[in-house]
Amino acid sequence: MVVAKNVFKFFGKKKVVEDVSITIPKGKITSLIGPNGAGKSTLLSMVSRLLTSDGGEITIDELDVAKCRGNDLAKKVSILKQANNVTLKLTVRELVSFGRFPYSQGKLTKEDHTYVDEAIRYMELEELENSYLNELSGGQKQRAYLAMVIAQDTEYILLDEPLNNLDMKHAVQMMKVLRKLVDELGKTVAIVIHDINFASCYSDYIIAMKDGKVAKEGTVHDMIRPCVLKEIYDLDMNIEDVNNNKICVYYA
Amino acid sequence: MKKRYLASALFLFSIGSLFIGVSAISPMDLFSLTDDQLHILLASRIPRLVSILLAGASISVCGLIMQQLTRNKFVSPTTAGTMDSARLGVLVSLMVFTSASPLQKMSIAFLFALLGTFIFMKILDRIKFKDVIFVPLVGLMFGNIISSITTFFAYKEDLIQNMSSWMQGDFSLIMAGRYELMYLSIPVMVLAYLFANKFTIAGMGEDFSTSLGLNYRTVVNIGLVIVAFVASSVLLTVGMIPFLGLIIPNIVSIYQGDHLKNNLPHTALLGALFVLVCDIIGRVVIYPYELPISLTVGVIGSGIFAYLLIRRKTHEA
Repeated sequence: MVVAKNVFKFFGKKKVVEDVSITIPKGKITSLIGPNGAGKSTLLSMVSRLLTSDGGEITIDELDVAKCRGNDLAKKVSILKQANNVTLKLTVRELVSFGRFPYSQGKLTKEDHTYVDEAIRYMELEELENSYLNELSGGQKQRAYLAMVIAQDTEYILLDEPLNNLDMKHAVQMMKVLRKLVDELGKTVAIVIHDINFASCYSDYIIAMKDGKVAKEGTVHDMIRPCVLKEIYDLDMNIEDVNNNKICVYYA
Repeated sequence: MKKRYLASALFLFSIGSLFIGVSAISPMDLFSLTDDQLHILLASRIPRLVSILLAGASISVCGLIMQQLTRNKFVSPTTAGTMDSARLGVLVSLMVFTSASPLQKMSIAFLFALLGTFIFMKILDRIKFKDVIFVPLVGLMFGNIISSITTFFAYKEDLIQNMSSWMQGDFSLIMAGRYELMYLSIPVMVLAYLFANKFTIAGMGEDFSTSLGLNYRTVVNIGLVIVAFVASSVLLTVGMIPFLGLIIPNIVSIYQGDHLKNNLPHTALLGALFVLVCDIIGRVVIYPYELPISLTVGVIGSGIFAYLLIRRKTHEA
C-alpha cells in the first residue's frame, strides 16, 4: 500500500501539489486522472522519489520514501516517465537487463537472465531483442521500457502516461499487459492517464486531481458519472453503458 | 571488427613503432644490441610507445564517458573546456610555484580541469535547448573563454612560449623520466571499467537512474573526476590531442552500440591504435624530421569528424 499524507510540492512560489493525502491500494490498477497541470505527474514523481516533497510523508508498505536507501526502494517500486528520450544506442535486451541492476549491480546472474528472458517474452519482444532502441517505433520502444520495468520485478509499478504516442492498437495492448501484471503477477500499478475511457475500462480505483488537490476518488462506478466528471474537467459528458463498460462521450 | 583483430593490429604496429626513428635499430639487432641502441630503446622508443598507447586509450575512454554522461555524442575533453581548464591550471602552477614539480603541476591542472568540467555540466543543466550541435558549441565557447584568460596571463608573465608547448600534442620529447605520470591513468581506467554499467545507466537520464536505485549525482561526479584526472595527466606529458576523444567513441558506437561495458575495451584499443598509426605517419612522411601528433591527428581526425557529422545528418533525415 502506498500512503501519502499531507504532501506538498512547490515550484518556486507556485503550489503544484497542496495538502494531498491518498492511498494507493495493493494489487489493483489505480488511475490518476485530471486536467493538465493538476499535479498528477508531480505526485507520482514524489511517490517514486524522483522528486522530493516539500512537506508531508510518503510511505510504501511502511517504508518512508524519503529515508529509505535508493537501492532498497528500487526493488520495491519502479517508475516510467513519459519523456524517455534515451539517446544511447542499446539493444532491447541490454535495456531490459538494466532492470536487474538493483539486484546484481550489473553483474547478471543466471537468475537475472531468467527474469530478463521472461520480461522479454511477456512483452512479446523476442524478435526484437537484439535490435537497437533507436531503430524501433514509438510503440515498440514503450514496450521495451515496460519490459525493463517488469525485469526490475518490483511490487509497485508507477507509469506516467504510458499511452503517450501509442496508436489505438498498442494502447489497448499496453493496458491489457498492465491488467495482466495485476491479475497474474499480483503487482500494484498506478498510472497517470488522460484517456478517461481507458481509465474507466481498465482501472480498479480512480483518483481525480484538480489544481494540486484531490478532487474526488473512488471506484469506477463512483467516479465515472456526469456530475463528477463535470466538476473535474468542466465538460459535459454523456456516459453510455457498452458491454458493461462505462464509456464517456464528450467529443461533440 | 573484433577485439582480437584490434589487439593484434595494435601489437604489430607497436613492434613497428619501436624500430622507426633516426637512429637505426632493426629487429635483427635485438639480440646483439649495442649500448647506444639499448639506451635509445629504453630511454626513448619504449617510453614513447607506452605514452602513445596510454594517451590514445585514456583520452578516448574519457570522451566516451563524457558522451554518456552529457548524453551528447559531440562532447569530449576538447569540446567541453576540460583541456583548456587544465591548461589554465598549468599556468597557475607555473605562476605560483616558480619551479613546480610535474606532480604539483598535474595536481593543480587536475583541480582546474575538474572545476572547468563541473562548470560546463552546470551550464548544461541550465540551458533548455539541448541540441546535439548546440551543446558542444557551448563547450567550445566556454573553452575559448578559459583559453583566452590563460593567454592573457601568460602574456603578462612572459610564459607564452612555455604554454604553447602544451597546446600541441607532441611525442617527440617523450623520454624516460618525463612520461611516468602517464602510468597514473592506468588505475583510473580500471576504475572507469568498474563503473561502466553505472555510467550507462546515468546516460539514460536522472529519472532512469533513480528508478533503478542509482545515485545519479555521485556517478556523474565520479565520471568527471576520472575525466579531469586523465585529461590533466595527458596534457602534462603529451599535450593536447584534438578530435581523439570525439571520433574514437563515435566510431565504436556505430558498430558496437553504447553499452559501455562492451565498448570500453574497443574504445581503448581503437584509440591507442589510432594515435599509434598517426604517430608512425608523422614520423615517416618527412623523415628524418617529424610532424607533431596534434597535426597528424588533427588532419585525419577532422576528416573523420566531418564524415561523422554528414553521416549523422543523413541518418536523421
